[in-house]
Amino acid sequence: MKGMTVIVKKTTQLIAGLIFLYGIYIILHGHLTPGGGFAGGVILAGSFILLILAWGSDFLQLVKEERGSTLYENLAILIVLFLALSGLLAGVRVFFSNWLPHGIPGELVSAGMLPLYNIFVGIEVAASILTIFLALVIFKEEVLK
Amino acid sequence: MELAISVITGFMILGAIYAIHARDILSAVIAGGIVGYSLVICFLLLRAPDLAIVQIVVETITLIIMVAVVLDSSRVEAYSKFDRRAWITAGSALLMLLALFWFFRAAASHLEPFGESTLRMADAYINGAVDKTGSVNLVTGVLFDFRGYDTLGEATVLITAVMGVLAILRITGKKKLT
Repeated sequence: MKGMTVIVKKTTQLIAGLIFLYGIYIILHGHLTPGGGFAGGVILAGSFILLILAWGSDFLQLVKEERGSTLYENLAILIVLFLALSGLLAGVRVFFSNWLPHGIPGELVSAGMLPLYNIFVGIEVAASILTIFLALVIFKEEVLK
Repeated sequence: MELAISVITGFMILGAIYAIHARDILSAVIAGGIVGYSLVICFLLLRAPDLAIVQIVVETITLIIMVAVVLDSSRVEAYSKFDRRAWITAGSALLMLLALFWFFRAAASHLEPFGESTLRMADAYINGAVDKTGSVNLVTGVLFDFRGYDTLGEATVLITAVMGVLAILRITGKKKLT
């Protein structure tokens, strides 16, 4: 895949970081404002996809990046599973139990386990959507070779 | 508000019909985008900003991936003639449509007025969620606390989809790649 013009490249350089920060904001404030792990994760993946589309895969030399994103994806879903299992060890002993102290509703650090679930589900969604896009890009380059 | 939603739903139906019948696959993909973006406006009108955010982001990225796929493959749809079998198919589809319309009308006449649901579970969620989960955003409270199994299932579906894509699209073996 070839890159686009200089204007597009420069604009994406300026904007991709802001989109990444916005995704992190959506994930971290998932228990306070609309949004959460799924929406923020897709926004995070969108910032990477923007960069790949603008600069082109031949400039970025994407060869086996999909292995790294697959690793992040599987680790994140494993951590979510372990967090859910940790409810069996403490408190009322049920799966997906919210056993951490709840804190004051409305503060950033509150709601017990929910921010942790949001963060790891966000990483998982971002990595899996990025993996699908990278697979489409990388395996096409292999065919053309 | 119901009038606006009816108009937008009409647009969605038109876009979907055009997406089926377009000869150019690229314009069919763009017309499919009409359905998704109209759904975003419907969610906003129905006061569901969580769903609207997810829908608009997922729709945009899906559209990008679909356009990339279409540009790399053929843009012209294979077209078949309208013969006798097509008439039979169209007739049975019309009969199915009439039956479904009659069924949905009969089912909708027994429903409560729009927005006034009497589900007892929903009442418990809406009134007690902040005390039970500590989360101000009700949707996150339901998603990760009351309905944690559903969320785990969704994440598993994503993992399975990625595994399927990697398994189907990989052409050279993994050992050759390094």
